[in-house]
This record gives sequence, structure tokens and C-alpha cells, in this order.
Amino acid sequence: MSQPYSAPPEGHVSHSRLERVLRSGRFAITAELNPPDSADPADVYEAARPLGEVADAINATDASGANCHMSSIGISALLTRAGYSPVYQISCRDRNRIAIQGDVLGAAAMGVSNVLCLTGDGVGVGDQPGAKPVFDFDSLSLLRTIKTMRDERKFLSGRTIKNPPQLFLGAAENPCIPPYDWRPERLAKKVEAGAEYIQTNYIYDVPLFEKFMARVRDLGLDKKVYILAGVGPLASARAARWMRSNVPGIHVPDAVIDRMEKAEKPGQEGKKICVELIQQMREIAGVSGVHVMAYRKEHEVSEIIRESGVLASRKR
Amino acid sequence: MYRIRLFAIRHSRSFEWIYKRLERAMIALDPLLGKIGYDRVERPVAFVEKCVKTVLFDCKMCGQCVLSSTGMSCPMNCPKQLRNGPCGGVRPGGFCEVKPDMKCVWALAWDGASRMKGGAQIHTVLPPVERNLEGSSSWLRVSREKAAHLRKAREKRRTAIADAFPDARKNEPSAAPLAEEPAQAVKGSK
Ligand code: SF4
Repeated sequence: MSQPYSAPPEGHVSHSRLERVLRSGRFAITAELNPPDSADPADVYEAARPLGEVADAINATDASGANCHMSSIGISALLTRAGYSPVYQISCRDRNRIAIQGDVLGAAAMGVSNVLCLTGDGVGVGDQPGAKPVFDFDSLSLLRTIKTMRDERKFLSGRTIKNPPQLFLGAAENPCIPPYDWRPERLAKKVEAGAEYIQTNYIYDVPLFEKFMARVRDLGLDKKVYILAGVGPLASARAARWMRSNVPGIHVPDAVIDRMEKAEKPGQEGKKICVELIQQMREIAGVSGVHVMAYRKEHEVSEIIRESGVLASRKR
Repeated sequence: MYRIRLFAIRHSRSFEWIYKRLERAMIALDPLLGKIGYDRVERPVAFVEKCVKTVLFDCKMCGQCVLSSTGMSCPMNCPKQLRNGPCGGVRPGGFCEVKPDMKCVWALAWDGASRMKGGAQIHTVLPPVERNLEGSSSWLRVSREKAAHLRKAREKRRTAIADAFPDARKNEPSAAPLAEEPAQAVKGSK
């Protein structure tokens, strides 16, 4: 809920519930909201309801896959009005530094307390490939900029910000795609730039992710940043194959596709795989939570989380 | 020139060496260039720089060259012009999300950096490009900036003295001088 401007709790950078949950050592859950192609707030609330039951924060995507939908700032504002805690996603693809810094202040004023800094997919994969790609910032310079706005109370121009935005700063990472050896180093760089939590892309290849996490622990990064592993239910073997070849940055191992293919009820199987993935993620040292991305399957999210049992051990 | 670019990254260590020498020469030239006027040399130097670097690195003349921090792989060849590492869309085999026939500029950068002496510079978070510097000479900028940096390091000691003796500085400014000194006024300076 948007609240009057006041200092965050001791040891915190924001009023975010997600930050509180993570700092207190509880297993956190975030979920992605599929943005409507509509101007009706009811469509946002309908999508948010099943996520709000289990999630500590709801991600408002910023034209992901370069497809146009309701904006992440619009969705975030609606969510704060209804008492949900959004993660305001900012992609560098569509706006320059002037627009983004202004929006960050606007979002914070509307009660947003989490941001996720993303590079963004290229315009070519989206529904309007003729659009002009901006990429004035990249995700790291964006992180550092918002951190400067928050901690130094300054725009990049050096101009003073009277009351700085109190935001919990996040970034994405994609552990399962090349260059594998450099992904943990890249994570270190994001932490250096200001990231306080990480939401990863979909992980279906647990051994590969474990390798990544081992290196992350070697670098001591698990002590510096909260990592939320990205999971989601697959709809069918066909959908999985399509995603693999058409959506940038998604790696689904053949074994998982095989399993989907052999299943009698692929929908059920996809859900089951997701539940198992969450349980496996929970066991990996350094993983602080999960980020559920259920494309067009929001209604399944609370069921998946409940079945996984991750909430049972947690006092809410 | 894609092939030559790949060659340059494969030999990142040698190019790093050459670049270090070039940088030193440019810094040494700073007083001379200052005398001729940086404004006057800007266009011809930018022209030469463009020719050389386009051939070697597919340079896009962003004006803020960071090759030494990116494994000698020019980040402006990344279709998203990322300055801080690969995006989340790199294809299997290390190919680019946007241009599938091209190797990801950043996969190459990490590779190049791993062979360089100062390769660890790739971990430094870089600011966004100042787009109004596009097309200008980065070599001249290096000369100016590094020389200014060195001057500042020297000045820092003087500032410390002035800060430590604020009253003296107020009453007798020349007892703790801060203004830039002309070379002729200082013994042993070139
Ligand atoms: S794959 Fe590499 S070169 Fe292509 S857009 Fe992403 S970071 Fe840039």
C-alpha cells in the first residue's frame, strides 16, 4: 500500500515486504503477472488475485519479449492501490535515461518499493520489429543510476533529489545460457553495480544451475545478494520446444521435453515438474526463494506453491 | 571486417600491449596538443582513428573507447550496445540473440579479457555512453583525461596542505597555493 514518505525500517533500504522477508531469512516467493492488453484495471486485479495469495511481491513486466501490453508502471501503480507489493520491471530497450529516472521517482511516489533492472529483449522478436531500440542504459548502468538516486540523492546530472526513492534493487540473471563460465562473474558485477536481489530466468536444468550456484558460493556472492530461482509450469512438449527456439534465453533440456511428451496429461505433468523444481531449488545452498513465471497460468500459481510445501515451514 | 575483429580479440594480449604504448605516447603529447589546440587537431585525429579502428575492431566511434576493459571486443557492435556484459539472450554456442550469425560480442569480450594482463578491468561497472560525444576522437580524450588525472594526483597533495592550514590559506593564499602553476614557475617540471 502506498504510504506517507518515511524512513525505511532499520537495516532496510525500503518498505518492501519482499526485502523484509528476505532479510529475515524466510524463503521468498515472487510471481509474474501477465500484463493485459486492455485499459481496464479489473483485468489487472483479476490476474493479480491468484498470485497475491502466495507471493511476497508481484512482478509487473515491461513489454517482455518486446511485445506491447499495459505498461509496467501502470500495472505497478494499480497494484499498490489495491495493497499488493509490485516489482516494477524496467527494461532499457524502450526508454532513455531522462524518461527512466523520472519514472523511478514517479513509481516510488506511488508506493512502489521493488524495482528490477533489465536489459530487455531485442525489438526483433516482438510484435513490432520496426520499433527503434533505445538501450541508452544497460541493466548495470541502470542499477548504478538508481542506487545513486537512492543513496546519494542525485540524478546522473548531479542535480539533488529532495526526497530520494526508497527502492529495493533487483536484477536478472540467466545461469543456463552461454557464456556459462562468465555468468557468475557477471552476477558479481551486478552486485557491484547495486543489485540487492536477483530473479533468474527459467531454470529447467538443475545440474547446470547447481554448478552456477557452486561458483556463486565460491565467490561469496550468496552472502551479498538474495537469489530467487526462476521456475514455471510448461504447458506441453510442443510449447516447450517453441519457447526454446523462439523466446530468447530459454534453455529446456531434452530430458524435460521427453518427460512432457510421454505424459498422458501434459498440463498436469508440467505442474508436477514445476513443483519438483521448487522443492529442488529449496535444497540448494544460497537460493533464497523462487520466482514463478506461469505464462497464462496465473490460476495455477497458488496451487503449485502450496503443493511444493515451501510455505508450510514458514510463519507468515 | 568481422574476421579481423575476431583476430584482434584472439590476439587481445598483443593489442593490449600496443594500446598501452599508444596511451603513454598520447599522454606525453598532451602539453604539445594543448599548445596546438585540441580543437584544431580533433578532426584529423578523429579521421585517422576511425580508419584504423574500423578495420581492426569494427569501431563505431562512440568517442569513449573502453576496449581495454572489454577484452578488445568493441561493445558498440552489440546490437543492444551493452557496455557491461552479455544480455540474457545469448544463443547456444555463444551466438548473438539479435544477429544469430554473429558471435555474441560479450562472449568474445570475456574470452579476450581472459588473455589480457589487465583483463580484470572487465569487472568494472561502466557508465552509459554520452551520446553527444559520438564521432569524436577517443584517443585525444584519453590524452586529455589521463593527463588531467595525473595533474590531479599531484594537486591532491597541495589540496591536502591547503586543507590542513585553512587560516594560512585565507590570510596568505600563496603560503598554501591551489591555483594551477605555469610550468615555468615550478622547478623541475617539464
Ligand atoms: S547476445 Fe551478446 S551481442 Fe547479442 S545483443 Fe546480447 S549481449 Fe549483445
